[in-house]
Amino acid sequence: MIAAQLPALQIVIPLLGAVLTAMMRRGSWAWAVALAVSWTMPLIAGSLLMQVLSTGPISYALGGWNPPWGIEYRIDALNGFVLVLVSLIGAVIMPYARVSVEKEIAPKKQAWFYTMYLLCLCGLLGITITNDAFNAFVFLEVSSLSTYALIALGRDRRALLAAYQYLILGTIGATLYVIGVGLLYTMTGTLNLSDIAGRLDGVENIRPILAALAFLTVGISLKLALFPLHVWLPNAYAYAPSVATAFLAATATKVAVYLLLRYYFSVFGVTFVFETLPVSTILLTLSLAAMFGASIVAVFQDDVKRMLAYSSVAQIGYITLGIALANQTGLTGGIVHLFNHALMKGALFLVIGAVFFRIGSVKLDDLAGLGRRMPITMGAFVIAGLSIIGTPGTAGFISKWYLALGALEQGSWWLVLLLVASSFISIVYIGRVVEVTWFRPVGKMVAGAREPPTSMLIPSLILVAATIYFGFDTTMTAGVAEKAAEALLGANR
Amino acid sequence: MIGFEDIVAHYNHWITVFLMVSGLYIVVARGNMVKKLIGLSIFQTSVYLLFISAGKILGGTAPIISEDYQVYSNPLPHVLILTAIVVGVATLSLGLALVVRINEAYGTIEEDEIFAEDEQ
Amino acid sequence: MSGEALVILAVALPFAGAVLIWLTDWNANLREAMTLATAGALIWVVLKVLDLVLTGAAPATGALEIVPGLSLALAVEPLGMLFACIASALWIVNSIYSIGYMRGNKEPRQTIFYVCFALAIASTIGIAFSANLFTLFLFYEILTLTTYPLVTHKANPEAVAGGRTYLIMLLGTSTVLFLPAIVLTAFIAGTLDFTPGGILEGKADGPVIAVLLALFMFGIGKAALMPFHRWLPAAMVAPTPVSALLHAVAVVKAGVFSVVKVIVYIFGVDALASSGNGDWLVWVAGFTIIAASVVALRQDNLKARLAYSTVSQLAYVVLGVAILTPLSVIGAAMHIAAHAVSKITLFFAAGSIYTATNLTEISQLNGIGRRMPWTMAAFAIGALSMIGLPPTAGFLGKWFMLSGAMETGQWLPVAVIITSTLLNAGYFLPILVQAFFCEPGEEVKAHAKGEAPFPILFALTATAAATIALFLFPQVPLALSRMLAGL
Repeated sequence: MIAAQLPALQIVIPLLGAVLTAMMRRGSWAWAVALAVSWTMPLIAGSLLMQVLSTGPISYALGGWNPPWGIEYRIDALNGFVLVLVSLIGAVIMPYARVSVEKEIAPKKQAWFYTMYLLCLCGLLGITITNDAFNAFVFLEVSSLSTYALIALGRDRRALLAAYQYLILGTIGATLYVIGVGLLYTMTGTLNLSDIAGRLDGVENIRPILAALAFLTVGISLKLALFPLHVWLPNAYAYAPSVATAFLAATATKVAVYLLLRYYFSVFGVTFVFETLPVSTILLTLSLAAMFGASIVAVFQDDVKRMLAYSSVAQIGYITLGIALANQTGLTGGIVHLFNHALMKGALFLVIGAVFFRIGSVKLDDLAGLGRRMPITMGAFVIAGLSIIGTPGTAGFISKWYLALGALEQGSWWLVLLLVASSFISIVYIGRVVEVTWFRPVGKMVAGAREPPTSMLIPSLILVAATIYFGFDTTMTAGVAEKAAEALLGANR
Repeated sequence: MIGFEDIVAHYNHWITVFLMVSGLYIVVARGNMVKKLIGLSIFQTSVYLLFISAGKILGGTAPIISEDYQVYSNPLPHVLILTAIVVGVATLSLGLALVVRINEAYGTIEEDEIFAEDEQ
Repeated sequence: MSGEALVILAVALPFAGAVLIWLTDWNANLREAMTLATAGALIWVVLKVLDLVLTGAAPATGALEIVPGLSLALAVEPLGMLFACIASALWIVNSIYSIGYMRGNKEPRQTIFYVCFALAIASTIGIAFSANLFTLFLFYEILTLTTYPLVTHKANPEAVAGGRTYLIMLLGTSTVLFLPAIVLTAFIAGTLDFTPGGILEGKADGPVIAVLLALFMFGIGKAALMPFHRWLPAAMVAPTPVSALLHAVAVVKAGVFSVVKVIVYIFGVDALASSGNGDWLVWVAGFTIIAASVVALRQDNLKARLAYSTVSQLAYVVLGVAILTPLSVIGAAMHIAAHAVSKITLFFAAGSIYTATNLTEISQLNGIGRRMPWTMAAFAIGALSMIGLPPTAGFLGKWFMLSGAMETGQWLPVAVIITSTLLNAGYFLPILVQAFFCEPGEEVKAHAKGEAPFPILFALTATAAATIALFLFPQVPLALSRMLAGL
């Protein structure tokens, strides 16, 4: 019986967990609840994905109201994959959170941190699992509002400002999204995504549909930090608590990318988006601008967290590049990179969080010689950094391989050169950190540092090991991504 | 060819667009953080209008089934917007709470002054 | 043991050795024993594989597919065999030398030094035995990364700056040029396996092949073709054993080895010769040979002069394959072996001088031959081999290359080889004259007390002897080279 209710449980458990933690005073109890929830999530997501892969998409009518009237949860290869990703990251990060949160957040607010985290998790999973346009908006706001609060919990007062700025931009994005949904609803009379897709063909007046596509694209792009709509991201990631940064960097933007994929491929259709409209060109240009612009800015950052944040913007460019290519191989590359980037950026932010835990700063100059004092931690940084660069033997290579082949399939050999040229810039910014931490004499702040507690080290190492593992065994990543891409392109209308 | 009548017939959309744009303008042009939030609210309000006016059918009545009426307005947009209003209120209150905290931390809620303080 | 197991063992052994060295950090003697034991075991395994190859077998492992078209696989072919033999044999000698050098100069952080060294050797063997371009590329990148800490070993600003150049140039060329070349090859040919005769013939137009060749040749930055040679002089800030084994043998040979492999097994010598798409390579290689020799002439730092000499000698190998005849390919392969033993001898000698006297500049070395006769005798043998005079190994490679070029009437390479031989003589002979026939200068009088420690002398004697032995008994490398060229 329970098996049939899994889709609902995926959302309800974190929601109930949030309510429970909101009533708690002690941070450690709230942490226990959050941990229990976070460890349950991958089990549910994993079994859902297994079920999808063996028997095809799952449709779940929430509250027993059948679609298209009721809210439908629908899981296929693509969002099953994203569900697994988000819940896995949550599960890996939670054990890390306790020590880090105790250090970075005032005792009275610790329980609230976990409440916000669980709400955010619930929102992200909700966006992913639902097949209802408006329901997705509600989950989008659930995750966004909790994200603003998470960021504002950062110790620096600039965290408040970052949260406020993100609130303004995030709300504009979400509102643009609702406008898009509203236009779609007026034209088709339904909110169920599959149903909208079915009815769009019959719509004669195409202009409102175009407007809807534009609103949705801009709205979602704000959320996924597509260049130049990324301005909220660097400050938000730099000043949020370490755990929050790692979690958000690994999941939030990825879920937004998923939503974009869903609208482009499942709702509007490849033909409409990529052949009738110049979306491909626009997206391609912006992706390239992100890959170069943000990477170059990353090179000049003094704060490692900010540097990684800009690197995220650049890496999102790779993902959207895969979408812009809109062929089987390129799209597979984009989806794989969505997964791989979550792993490696999660790992990097966890490592930097551990550094902050020990020496209380993430300014590059303060980290001189850190490799001597925290060799395992900084070794992990190097490996995850190599994956960002795309060295063979790491997960980052696999995604770039697919993207490059996808570009060649499209006949754009110059794209391959641009792709690798931007990886070259990442060598520079990762190399800067490596040079300072390993080959400078040990600095004042670093002198007393030692490895972080095991509970922080192990999660970081798990993610780092995963970036290597998925550089060799790609059945889980590229295999599933290929299926997802096939399904997305197969819905060719 | 879009005639004058088309423009008048879609007056609800014009009001929506007006609200949307003026809201956005306030967000962008004002440095005061509370005013920005007001602009944001106006911007969100425009969406409420977009949805609800689309649900209204001329001559239709409230969707309570009765033998006297044949034409009903669509109730779904109202329900959706009810949710959207709740979201809007939550956003506004969170935003105001942040502004209060910013005021405590910086002693001002003018953006340029805050940036100037952080520069130091 | 089966061939497959041996091949895997050859790559895995140094990796395991690195772990053992790391674990025995607490006892320096035990740690050094681990290095030597691993090196000994490795050469034993490699010789076992050599036995198999000489009987005509081609040991290979199954492929581990990562994504369609991309797989990890090892396979032994003649050139790789030769390369693995050189690298593993010289590793033992170099380890003995390292122990003397590192202890003699009281270098810090020796454990990490030996660990990285073992990892570098592991990736070198991996490159030698790779069965396809992806495997080669993987180990190629690991080699760059594991040698970077060795280059910056001294951790002073100069070493860090050198390391930066090293990393950026090598990773830069491999990411920006080599990788796209691999992607393009996979896209055109549908496979990346090294196949005799090449995999690209008839699959792409002439211009595409020419562009691809350029991407490969400049992308393989370790081959140090100008203008991507700057990293090699920069790497000379490393301790001398690193310069000796890695930047005269393993790393740079990995570069030219990849060049030869790509031309022979990806493009195909015949296909490239008949289409004429590779003709420009002769010019680039020729230019690098001459230009690097001229630069070498003007270096006063001994290691810097040797580094530029290496740049020039590497281009010989590229020139050898670029001539595109079977004979010249044999010459290229022989030159890989010959240059390895002779250049390592020269570096050993430079390190020996540094350990014994702390002198680094050539102008300081007047009369050093009288105080350190053993070291300078070895240096002389190495230098003769560089110039290409019999009875040293350097003669063989040049001989085959010249024969190949003359056979097909390519006069440009002939002119280049002759000119550069004169230039080589021009920058090596003065050192010998200075060392043996000048009165000892002030520096030498002040610093030179006698020969370097025994391990160092032992190592440089061994390699100097090998330089001559290779000339006298070239059967094995020659047999392997012939198999490579298909003769």
